[in-house]
Amino acid sequence: MADHTLDAKGLNCPLPILKARKALKEVPAGGTLEILATDPGSVADFEAFCRQTGNELVEQSQDDKVYRFLIRRPAA
Amino acid sequence: MSSEAQIVSSEAQTTAGEAPVAAPETKSMSIIVTKGSLDWAYPPFILGTTAAAMGLPVTMFFTFYGLPLLLKKLDLQLTAAGNPAMKMPMMGAHMGLPNLLTAIPGVDAACSKMMKNLMNKKGVASIEDLRELAVEADVRLIACQMTMDLFEYSLDDMIEGPELGGAATYIECATQADINLFI
Repeated sequence: MADHTLDAKGLNCPLPILKARKALKEVPAGGTLEILATDPGSVADFEAFCRQTGNELVEQSQDDKVYRFLIRRPAA
Repeated sequence: MSSEAQIVSSEAQTTAGEAPVAAPETKSMSIIVTKGSLDWAYPPFILGTTAAAMGLPVTMFFTFYGLPLLLKKLDLQLTAAGNPAMKMPMMGAHMGLPNLLTAIPGVDAACSKMMKNLMNKKGVASIEDLRELAVEADVRLIACQMTMDLFEYSLDDMIEGPELGGAATYIECATQADINLFI
């Protein structure tokens, strides 16, 4: 189970990223954030976001039209 | 002065409990915002807020028609005049608007309203929301002093947060930034 879940379904670029950034602040170091999104562009964008910010994209999956991302904050 | 401001801003972020960003090196970005129509307001605010979310210190310099994007109350409009690429999805087709029709009173206002409805339906953020997110993310906002004088605005007309600056203020910032955009 993720420490936090962010429902970003129905939101378009760049809102899923901006809301994820905010939600990550609530996640303890080393903890995880689960994000649900329907924006197909979020797949490439969360990969880039994680590469740039040092957060780890642990899992990425798709269920029908919903994309699921699991991001781990770096340990302190 | 700019580097001091950036250091202060990153310290403020840390004390506010910001997720430590373990990026190998911190790049920074500046954007000159010169256009204030609804459609042109999007690229600078989307890129500015996203860069800030990715840990980059961001400076946005608002000049000429971009300056009114800092006004407290926004009522952004667009026009299809001179823009043959503006085609709205409508009943399965894409509809453009001949230049002549855009001259009819109320047509631009109707187009603007349609665009805002469309954006809302598609989950695109409003400029008001993106601007608020930019302020929250400590994006440095600079209002061009010369444009303030030219169009007779004062900081009282603007949202909380912008500082005043001129060309030299921007150039100093741009020499230290890795990405400089003019929009």
